[in-house]
Amino acid sequence: MKSVVFIEKNPINNQLRNVSLELTHKAYTLSTPLGGEVVGIFTGDSLPENCDELFQFGMSRLVYFTDERLAHLHSIAYKHILETMINSESPDIVLFGATHTGRDVAPLIASSLKTGMTADCTQLYIDDYKDKGKILYQMRPAFGGNILATIITPDHRPMMATVREGVMLLPDERLNFPVKTEVFPIDFNELWIKSEFLEIVPKVKKVDFNSANIVVSGGAGVGSGENFRLIRELARALGGEVGASRAAVDFGFVEKDHQVGQTGSVVRPKLYIACGISGQIQHRAGMEESQKIIAINKDPDAPIFNIAHMGIVGDLNEIIPVMLRYLKEEG
Amino acid sequence: MKKIVVLAKQVPDTANVTGDAMKADGTVNRAALPAIFNPEDLNALEMALMIKDKIGGEVIVISMGPPKAVEILKHSLYMGADRVMLITDRKFAAADTLATSYVLAEAIKNIGNVDLVLAGRQAIDGDTAQVGPQVADKIGYNQVTYVSKLKEFTDDYLIVERDGEVQTEVIKTVYPVLLTVTAEANTPRYPNCRKMLQYFRVDLKDNFSEDEFSVAEENDWILPTCSMDDLGLEEDRCGLKGSPTKVHKIKSIMLKGGDLKMYGTETTDIRQLVRDIMKDYVGVN
Repeated sequence: MKSVVFIEKNPINNQLRNVSLELTHKAYTLSTPLGGEVVGIFTGDSLPENCDELFQFGMSRLVYFTDERLAHLHSIAYKHILETMINSESPDIVLFGATHTGRDVAPLIASSLKTGMTADCTQLYIDDYKDKGKILYQMRPAFGGNILATIITPDHRPMMATVREGVMLLPDERLNFPVKTEVFPIDFNELWIKSEFLEIVPKVKKVDFNSANIVVSGGAGVGSGENFRLIRELARALGGEVGASRAAVDFGFVEKDHQVGQTGSVVRPKLYIACGISGQIQHRAGMEESQKIIAINKDPDAPIFNIAHMGIVGDLNEIIPVMLRYLKEEG
Repeated sequence: MKKIVVLAKQVPDTANVTGDAMKADGTVNRAALPAIFNPEDLNALEMALMIKDKIGGEVIVISMGPPKAVEILKHSLYMGADRVMLITDRKFAAADTLATSYVLAEAIKNIGNVDLVLAGRQAIDGDTAQVGPQVADKIGYNQVTYVSKLKEFTDDYLIVERDGEVQTEVIKTVYPVLLTVTAEANTPRYPNCRKMLQYFRVDLKDNFSEDEFSVAEENDWILPTCSMDDLGLEEDRCGLKGSPTKVHKIKSIMLKGGDLKMYGTETTDIRQLVRDIMKDYVGVN
């Protein structure tokens, strides 16, 4: 069971995207018990600076093609290059990060290879299927997160899947695989370049969930953009990050970067404080793996209480100011 | 004069699962969800209409789906689409993105000489974002996904902003091209009253009685449809047969109950909560 993993870098800092490490490790756990290896494929203007780290998570080889014309996402060029690499490796499994790059290129390749692809998987495992031997089982939420579907690609190879960043966890222990990178010869065709990138504007990253131990989130129940100040203050007092439900973003209380859930970020902090969030499945998909959840909500029947560990039924606009006062006193 | 095709899908309104749509066991009653125009497909349609308004063109909205999807096609006419077509056939049932993109790509080729294809970034029932790119691959067009702004356009080229996650990319592309559009791109216009009056009787051929039929035909009320045979498609590439992915199992998500410690709303209770938080979480790494 051989896996190929699409390796991606953050073009701004030239470092690997976390999802590339996460998928390398996942592929390693899928492939090695069955005697398969994990091969990375990369294309771009230059290799990510820290690509050696991939070998600490189970990669056997990194195959790459670099050219300065590939500094930007030229979808058709990326498709041709990566597809050629995949064909040459003939893997059983191909994994892409469900990033804006992965979700652009991977479907083109699946279409071209006429194989199946499952987007945004939350669990991947290998098992027997009828007389087909071992196949990849791909679990993903669908229907706005209201159902969990297990998808299989029994008759086609490779079996392709994408996974969002932060969904697969990295192990604590590191492997010590030798670093092995190989240039893949590509007959580069100028006709693959169809778009002209006029300008690149780095986004100022205002939200960092990855390094936050505590996330304080507000939902529709916060009531207004003005009231959302309380959520920010509580987050600041606890040294945490500000999150939001989709409703709070849709109402314009807070910027979309803060959104947690199926269509926002997936977070798993040590403590998640949900304020005025009813706990629709959409939202839960992005936070229910948090170690501890505190819910503050006026409605005692709000579904959030079903997954919370600590709760207060009441008006957050009254409760949070009291919390802030005690935080100051106790701190 | 640009020929613009918009891909649209009717979807269950998964974003608003409220009381009625929840079953007693905590799972969602899918049948109780209203069917809506996939939100980002409305942004794609709006973009098409903006281009048409400025440089002229024909906007054709196509949808693959069951007869009920007529609703979103009529809505497209109300907003200003010039033509619509429902691609419908029982043999399309249970299509995954590969089979769906095959049908849509063939429909676009059938329309012919299409300069621009616009689609929503993704549909809210599956959230896969795969159909747009897979259509682009099959019709051999350039693509730009995650288009968050239409900056400039002429008869010869388009300049768009793409949400590149860590960066915003300003991209210039010539026609033909397929764009997938995000909700940030624009605000879809409201249906136009005059057009609603003009098109409210539009329906599928089968929904007119024999008596009505000639009147319907005269007034152009019959909504064009297209089947697998009309498009000359290979049956093996359509629907369940043409789908490499199979749904193995579906599990409805249920709310799980856990250990829940409740605090009161007296200041002493809140103080206790703050202490519990401080003890375990603040300053702990």
